[in-house]
Amino acid sequence: MSEVKPDLVDVQIDGVWHQFPKGTRLIEACRQAGVEVPHYCYHPKLTSPGNCRMCLVETGMPPRPAPGAESPQPDESGHLPISWIPRPVIACANTVAPNMGVRTTGPITEGCREGVMELLLANHPLDCPICDQAGECSLQEYSVEHGKGESRFREQKVKKPKNVDVGPRVRLDDERCIMCSRCIRFTDEIADDPVLGFTDRGSHTVLTVYPGRELANNYSLNTVDICPVGALTSNDFRFQMRVWFMRQTDTIDVNCATGCNVTVFSRQNKIYRVVPRQNNDVNSDWMPDSHRLSFHWIDSDARLTEPMVKENGKHRVATWGEAIAKTVEKLTSLSGSEIAVIASARMTNEELLMVNRLVKQLGAGHVEIVPRMGEADGYLISADRNPNTNGVKLILGLEKPGSALERVKSGIEQGRIKALLCLQENLVEDGGFSGELLGKLDFLLATHPHANPTTGIADVVLPGACWAEKSGTMINVTGRLQRLNKAVDAPGETLESWEIVRDLIQALGGGNGIYSAMDLFKQLAAEVPEFKGLSWGQIGDLGLPLIETGETIPALEREKERKAAGLIVG
Amino acid sequence: MLAVPQDLEAEIDERITHYPVSKRSAVLPVLHHLQHHFGYISEQAVEWTAAKLGLEPIKVLEVVTFYPGFRQEAPGKYHIRVCRTLSCAMAGSYELMESLCDKTGIDRSGVTHHHPIAISADGKYSIEFAECLASCGFGPVCMVNDDFHEAVTDVDGLLKQYP
Repeated sequence: MSEVKPDLVDVQIDGVWHQFPKGTRLIEACRQAGVEVPHYCYHPKLTSPGNCRMCLVETGMPPRPAPGAESPQPDESGHLPISWIPRPVIACANTVAPNMGVRTTGPITEGCREGVMELLLANHPLDCPICDQAGECSLQEYSVEHGKGESRFREQKVKKPKNVDVGPRVRLDDERCIMCSRCIRFTDEIADDPVLGFTDRGSHTVLTVYPGRELANNYSLNTVDICPVGALTSNDFRFQMRVWFMRQTDTIDVNCATGCNVTVFSRQNKIYRVVPRQNNDVNSDWMPDSHRLSFHWIDSDARLTEPMVKENGKHRVATWGEAIAKTVEKLTSLSGSEIAVIASARMTNEELLMVNRLVKQLGAGHVEIVPRMGEADGYLISADRNPNTNGVKLILGLEKPGSALERVKSGIEQGRIKALLCLQENLVEDGGFSGELLGKLDFLLATHPHANPTTGIADVVLPGACWAEKSGTMINVTGRLQRLNKAVDAPGETLESWEIVRDLIQALGGGNGIYSAMDLFKQLAAEVPEFKGLSWGQIGDLGLPLIETGETIPALEREKERKAAGLIVG
Repeated sequence: MLAVPQDLEAEIDERITHYPVSKRSAVLPVLHHLQHHFGYISEQAVEWTAAKLGLEPIKVLEVVTFYPGFRQEAPGKYHIRVCRTLSCAMAGSYELMESLCDKTGIDRSGVTHHHPIAISADGKYSIEFAECLASCGFGPVCMVNDDFHEAVTDVDGLLKQYP
């Protein structure tokens, strides 16, 4: 007999014996054993009502002998024989037991799946060609794998409400709903905004938003993600693009210091949607609507695509060489103490490393970032709306990033600062610098993805790439090092910030030899103690803890409590 | 907000104490009390119940819409429920319904799954089909408010009792 630890039980899944901790749900045990159990209503982060019945499996236990009869004997592997139970059970809500057997194939399980599929499809409209969920629909997938391919249902399908506005961002088609209740549980258990429910239960069951209320909370679009069918769709994404045409890039969100893990869906260099990607140390399976939809900003009309220089009060398009040369000419005529550099806590660690080198090369007297403090929402949104403040602290060595911004302002006011390099920030709108104040400078360089009041004043304007257009790393609020991956190409002649700064350093007479963000990461690992010994590949898709900050993410803490209480699998 | 008389509220509060583990279990008795008093469960009644029991209104609405016994529209002074389950249907409940509508001047053409009740123009009578009223040997049966009537053949005589 294999050694049995007290908290592990032996379970046979499809003929193979495995060990699982006590309390493991059958569906998770099967998953860990590499056997997929189809399911609709089960979601590891939500309670399990067991209402879809798709995960029915056949189970068995050792036979219990009649009083006086001989007890069953273990076989040579040490396991008792299994007596199969003719009544199937749901794998999502039942847990493993010692010497239990589970069969996910065979006539009982397969018959259950066929039956459930046939009943679900009895009233489901066959509008897949125009359904947004097509291509990522559990009903479609399971129809292929577990369906009968034909229906005995000859009657009229039930008519239910279609195209219902349940909230500003979510739309409901009740005929497509298979009543799994994931959305109801999400709004109840995770978003604390229980406005959804089933009314008219029976053959007319409809998902309803309570009359006079709406599904408007900032996490509403997560219901669209977890809807296994096309019942809930996103107003923003519906009818925009078929899912199978899009390329998926795993990266992170940069709208706050949490750094929600996301997948960017793009086609031909255009982003169509951003969805959360599971990371149980950062954002679980969720993300706020405000962050998810902010990608539209990337493509705005104000996008800069070419370097520009100001001549006689007007901007004209210039080459990169020309713009860099003009900048360097000005900077070399000044002493370091007359130069200030405002970097951005939206930059990657790699870009900040280059900024640090530029600061040293120039001997610049001031280096600062623009802070973005807001209010934490108690779920996933951090009070710090900058994604990489921790990177700024480590790499630029600023103890309180943003605290010296006023000193830069007074330096300009008093004429001590003559040149300002504003990298990827908008000082007028986000930094509290007035246009008048910036006008006192002899020289202002501004890099940014978009034209804004600051670039409007700048002597040299350089187009810098935004988050979806670059690779690199950032450190989130909990001190986790996470990777950004480039999803789309930057438009026109736009360069990533590290490339812009590299070209400046080079023109100022510094070294070069850097061709990629990965190269820069190697240098980070060599130069910054916290990064010591790390490699790009090691960070992986889920990141790794780098520093201790003592900060936590409230939504995750609550999820841990629910997991500890046995309410969810987690 | 729903104007619940003090004595009714006291009665409801007492009923809730019968469910010490979860107040949610009291949702059915509370709704019955409210329907008995107001004649139907209005949107305000749903919200009053939810507030009373510390529930979300949608959870109460789920219950109200599940049971055909809870009405969401105001009935007439006399609410008639005609059984249409098998025994009564065979004993002539559809004819009874037709005859009752004729005599009371009720037009049932607007009746749907979501609006099962039809009311006479003067508001005196309202009518709906009900499922089994538990007297299958004496069909057709119907209820008028809380009164039970078996083997109804004399429709005029029946209505005379409810002037």
